[in-house]
Amino acid sequence: MRLLLGSVLVVAFAFSAHAQVSYDRLLDGELDEGHWLTYSGNYAGYRHSPLDDITAENVSDLRVEWIYQLEDGGHVETSPIVVDGVMYITEPPGTVSALDIQTGRRLWRWTRPDQDRTKTIGFPKVNRGVAVLGDTVYVGTLDCHLVALDARNGAKRWETQVGENRTGHSITVAPLALDGKIIVGVSGGEAGIRGYLDAYDANNGERLWRFYTIPGPGEPGNDTWGGDTWKTGAGPTWITGVFDPELNTLYWGVGNPGPDWNGDVRPGDNLYTSSVVALNPDDGSLKWHFQYTPHDTHDWDANQVPILIDVEYEGTPRKLLTTANRNGFYYVLDRVTGEFLHGTPYAKQTWAEGLDDNGRPILIPGKEPTEEGNLVWPSLQGATNWFSPSYSPVSNLFYVSVREMGAYYFKSDVEYEEGKPFMGGGERALRGDDAFGALRALDVLTGERKWEFRLQSPPWSGVLSTAGGLVFGGSMEGNFYALDAESGEPLWDIQTGGAIAANPIGFGVDGRQHVAIAAGSAIFTFALPLHR
Amino acid sequence: MLAIAMLFCVAGLAGAEEDSADNSQGRRLYDAHCAICHSIGGTGGRGPRLDVPKLRRASNSRALGSLIRFGIQGSEMPGAWSLSDDDVDAISGYVLELGQREPEVTPGDADRGKAIYAAQDCAACHMINGFGSSLGPDLSDIGLRRSAAYLRTELVRPGAAVPQGFMMIYAVPEKGDPVEGMRENEDSFSVQIRDVENRFHSFRKADLKTFRKQRGKTLMPSYGQKLDGTEMDDLIAYLASLQGEE
Repeated sequence: MRLLLGSVLVVAFAFSAHAQVSYDRLLDGELDEGHWLTYSGNYAGYRHSPLDDITAENVSDLRVEWIYQLEDGGHVETSPIVVDGVMYITEPPGTVSALDIQTGRRLWRWTRPDQDRTKTIGFPKVNRGVAVLGDTVYVGTLDCHLVALDARNGAKRWETQVGENRTGHSITVAPLALDGKIIVGVSGGEAGIRGYLDAYDANNGERLWRFYTIPGPGEPGNDTWGGDTWKTGAGPTWITGVFDPELNTLYWGVGNPGPDWNGDVRPGDNLYTSSVVALNPDDGSLKWHFQYTPHDTHDWDANQVPILIDVEYEGTPRKLLTTANRNGFYYVLDRVTGEFLHGTPYAKQTWAEGLDDNGRPILIPGKEPTEEGNLVWPSLQGATNWFSPSYSPVSNLFYVSVREMGAYYFKSDVEYEEGKPFMGGGERALRGDDAFGALRALDVLTGERKWEFRLQSPPWSGVLSTAGGLVFGGSMEGNFYALDAESGEPLWDIQTGGAIAANPIGFGVDGRQHVAIAAGSAIFTFALPLHR
Repeated sequence: MLAIAMLFCVAGLAGAEEDSADNSQGRRLYDAHCAICHSIGGTGGRGPRLDVPKLRRASNSRALGSLIRFGIQGSEMPGAWSLSDDDVDAISGYVLELGQREPEVTPGDADRGKAIYAAQDCAACHMINGFGSSLGPDLSDIGLRRSAAYLRTELVRPGAAVPQGFMMIYAVPEKGDPVEGMRENEDSFSVQIRDVENRFHSFRKADLKTFRKQRGKTLMPSYGQKLDGTEMDDLIAYLASLQGEE
């Protein structure tokens, strides 16, 4: 009891000491102090915890610390934020909950009504988490609003409309908090939207800028669309990007062109779909772009979280942007200029002979979707998807959950109709024992595979690496597991009883390292036993 | 975009009450998306046959459209989230038309087939309406789920299409005897097996010296040599007559 009281006092002190999540705190990340302040843990997208209590030697003792059962169940993709003793999560379809990190007991809950009746075309009614800045929690809603909540009690401070849900615009992405502004993207890549990324004043919700991912008439890149097809060119921005404060540059992935599988109606490269864009966060202006899949006809959104690393590359210190793209290739770019430096497949792919000197894929003819169906690897869901990779500065390896699955791609006629599906085909994926998954460790500079851990089926779980030399991941069969970060050797696992389609995080409670993941309709947290 | 796909998705329900007039479009889409499991012409395969007057799970085109769009939770039937409303209408129209075709004529005599089923002791492995063994697939409504052609293939070459849940596993633990049986479940770290005597085993994969998936292997013997042509027809006629309990 005395110990428990002591813990409460420590947390209470921590809360009163900070209480405000300043931009400086976000810059620092404070991961070593046990917080997890942004979607990926730090602005560079590492999803890495510097806490090192849990190691290869003791991870076999890891046990459940607490479980939080979501009230309404549903499909849970939330990536928690942990700050000052509180974990903030989203629950589908439109709830934010604040939990005590010591017990999992709920502190408050805010629910936006009628979210189960929203228009979500081509994706489930999910949400991937919140952003925190100052004493405010920010969440996007399925009916396409950005809402600001008081971090202490969940009371709504303001809301602002980001897009029209009537036309298929929606928000599933966790916002990103910068200095005084909140960055938020939109979903709607299967509804023929014209995608964009927005910045809002964190204090009052006033829109500061909008970057359209599809250039309008007169803008560079508009000529990569035939006729008026840019108006329905999609390019959604549904996964949280990363930020380099030194370069003052925001990097954000852009999704597929619309319609997804019938490219005949949109001749050209279709900029800036299936690309990463580098933006000035002051005004949303474009610094550079890199398109992974020009004229994409396989729905290979580039919405993977990029990872920003500063390393020596071919003898010179360079600022790099690395990503394992949904199209099956691993890319290394110079993030100052957008220059392509290196790319190589990290999974089975049958659509490109390789990448040319500029990183453009060298296409193998006959790999387009057809009326009869055309078998191509990777499947529509990609060699990886929205779930996060991880970079460990300790092992200097890039970890990614990989889906080894092919699919028959179909093409069909489609005409745009406002607020209706605008896809033009689909897939029939190879299933069961014809597909499998893996967690792979790649050399961060070359993409060369260092090891893999095979999974029973293609996964939907992100990856967390830790300074204790571990990598955590999950499976669709409910396994949450830890591998040796250097060798991939499995060291610990637990059956959670529900499919894992979420990102793990790491945090600390009174100095004790925890890891957490959403599995099934619950949040699980794990730690070593208190008395060892 | 499309995050997790099949089971969870999509927009509005298909609303058409009338069958689509364009059944060539329906057939084309059906052949591309559905025939892999339900076979060309809806004669059934891995999925149930659809060339029947009344579909068990969908009594009209609205219900069928909804089923095509959302799939069936807990089954292998995925939702077709990427099809437009028109495509779903076209497919459901074509499927409903399949049920209006002349029913498949099986040449055998179902009563004689029932006697062959008993004489061959099929109940040692299979169950019909609660009677028999649970080692092999339950056959109570096999006539609804499989075509005569599929049943013939299974009886002659049973390894050609082993049903889901009956993949044979050969496992040798570090300590203990080898186990051969059917895979009940499997994840990245463990496997659950039902052996030939219908006993459950659960193994950590790391504790197995040998773990082999025996694709194409089955406990079901071939009856291609055991039965003559007439007997085979009779047995198939009997199985095709099994429509489940009302």
